[in-house]
Amino acid sequence: MNTLFSLRRLHAIILKELIQMRRDRVTFVMMLGVPLVQLILFGYAINLDPKGLPAALVTASQDQYTRAMVSALENTGYYRFDYLVDSAEKGDRLLENGTVSFVVTIPGDFARRVIRGDHPQILIEADATDPSVASGAISTLSTVAAQALLREQSAEVQSAREKARELEVVVHRLYNPEGITQYNIVPGLLGVILQLTMVMMTSMALTRETERGTMENLLAMPASPLEIMLGKVIPYLMVGAVQVLVVLGAARFLFGVPFVGSMPLLLGGIAIFVMSLVLLGYTFSTLARSQMQAMQLTFFFFLPSLMLSGFMFPFRGMPDWAQMLGEIFPLTHFLRVIRAVMLKGTDFVTISNEIGALFLFVLIYAGLALLRFRRTLD
Amino acid sequence: MNVIDVHDLTKSFNGKTVVDHVSMAVGRGEISGFLGPNGSGKTTTIRVMCGLLKPDTGHGTVLGHDLLTEGLRIKREVGYMTQRFSFYEDLSIEENLAFVARLYELEPVGQAVRDTLEDLGLYSRRRQLAGTLSGGWKQRLALAACLMHKPSLLLLDEPTAGVDPNARREFWDEIHARAADGLTVLVSTHYMDEAERCHRIHYISYGKLIASGTVDEVVDNAGLFTLLVTGGDLAEAQKRLRRIEGVDQVAPFGVTLHVVGTDHDKLEAAVRQVSSETGSQWTKGETSLEDVFIQFMANARDNMA
Ligand SMILES: Nc1ncnc2c1ncn2[C@@H]1O[C@H](COP(=O)(O)OP(=O)(O)O)[C@@H](O)[C@H]1O
Ligand SMILES: [Mg+2]
Repeated sequence: MNTLFSLRRLHAIILKELIQMRRDRVTFVMMLGVPLVQLILFGYAINLDPKGLPAALVTASQDQYTRAMVSALENTGYYRFDYLVDSAEKGDRLLENGTVSFVVTIPGDFARRVIRGDHPQILIEADATDPSVASGAISTLSTVAAQALLREQSAEVQSAREKARELEVVVHRLYNPEGITQYNIVPGLLGVILQLTMVMMTSMALTRETERGTMENLLAMPASPLEIMLGKVIPYLMVGAVQVLVVLGAARFLFGVPFVGSMPLLLGGIAIFVMSLVLLGYTFSTLARSQMQAMQLTFFFFLPSLMLSGFMFPFRGMPDWAQMLGEIFPLTHFLRVIRAVMLKGTDFVTISNEIGALFLFVLIYAGLALLRFRRTLD
Repeated sequence: MNVIDVHDLTKSFNGKTVVDHVSMAVGRGEISGFLGPNGSGKTTTIRVMCGLLKPDTGHGTVLGHDLLTEGLRIKREVGYMTQRFSFYEDLSIEENLAFVARLYELEPVGQAVRDTLEDLGLYSRRRQLAGTLSGGWKQRLALAACLMHKPSLLLLDEPTAGVDPNARREFWDEIHARAADGLTVLVSTHYMDEAERCHRIHYISYGKLIASGTVDEVVDNAGLFTLLVTGGDLAEAQKRLRRIEGVDQVAPFGVTLHVVGTDHDKLEAAVRQVSSETGSQWTKGETSLEDVFIQFMANARDNMA
């Protein structure tokens, strides 16, 4: 009898795990409920293109050009001028305490400069602590402003065009100069949701057997460590596959996230990532002595990986040591893969390093788990 | 060759020696009882013998396989029934057995499961979840599961704890029938009547094996003498006997006092004297296994103190 690996024994364990999973309602909640709730919560709460954001207008004059500019900005739908103030300090205070998201400053000499064609300027200060808030509003600015001026000066079309070209919109993104693009969020959420549920569920794999007293019997029967490991993680790969379908479907149909890259490459990357997660969870379950400990290990891992992976903050914006630390999380590499493939249409060669890193995690975690696994009760 | 043949097994946890130089031999077709108070090391010894724990010292063979190097083979060839029920409570009887059959690669699985279900009278309950079974049925499931791969050695750890007398009787009939076919059984138990149904018994106390043999041998070797006192003021007789040197145990059994001691002459002198004081009669009695075990426990306490 082959002692190291037998497909039939693996089959036995997988079947048993699937039956247990089917009888455990928690599995279904974790499989479908958690991803959907998180996706909808985060996906909509993190509004991709918010409109009607409060703004303050700082201006001294009420000339036609200023009014045209203000109404043009309001017509974009992004700005809602709630405050009209007469000094820059007052405007800054409103921005600082979060009352408004933008301060638009039209200098007192704006009209004069427009008429003279002398580099008219408007200044827009944006609260970019949440960069996705500001990006839509800002990206439309230059055209809107130019068109507004154009309309005002239809009599002298020719010279107005020139002057319009000279109009300078100065944008200050405050507090967080590097913007995350909107579409980062949903693909990233797929990684985060998978990480939370996969690691958490598999981290219970062995501790549950220990706590229920079934471990002694399992060890007394001819199942090898490799069979037990695979038998316990493979059913969760199936759970992961369902979650992936749910989240990708929602990304496409609820949030309209573009899929520009290769689907097989994307699914391949996801598969390796999920594999690394279930093995990581299983490794936790060889380390933990109780389900409680397994849970704690999961969260101990979850938070830093959330912070340092580039999901919450732009990866390249972090200090070097944090970037180095970030490299040890599968999520970091997965985010690069999914963003590159989904949004940029990157090919395999370009991201092969990241896929390789994910694969390395698979090997490391599997090796660790097998080393840690005790075939006796010592 | 003996099915179990182990020498000087020692096992300690965190510096506390739980099994202390235990040697044991069990022949083919023999039912061996493993007795001892709670915490004396029975479970640990059994786990060492089936390869679930590595002994600190000691050597020997189980089913002809070396205990130190062939633990995995031993594990897969013995049938081990754990003290605590350790099958999956969220699986039905049938599903649990199918799981076991597949792990042992029995072919065809369905046939193996059906045979076992019928063999142990579990068929009518096959779809019931194990977690909802009563103690007796759980025990039967556990026995069925560890017999499935037709082991030639069964290690049963307190299989009848929490099982009603009727189920206990059936269980022992089952074991005896199989031993008659050549199955070897080592069974730990607390019950005296079960000990007496074993071909041989082993008594362990504080990790040390202190008696081995047939029930008669163990009783004889204990070197105990028992006198029976009846009639008169038994309560007073009991009180007085307890205080006298040379009397180790005084235990009332209905209208009889069992008076046990190791020194025949001293014992007889004491009983003669007390009987005359309380107006009781006395006769020679048979020392029972229970008397012997109680003596063992008392001795062990004295040694520890
Ligand atoms: N894994 C373990 N770790 C630490 N102590 C243990 C372990 N297993 C058993 N013991 C201790 O060893 C002693 C003997 O236990 P056990 O073999 O279960 O006795 P029995 O089966 O005769 O009741 C007990 O004191 C128990 O607490
Ligand atoms: Mg025990």
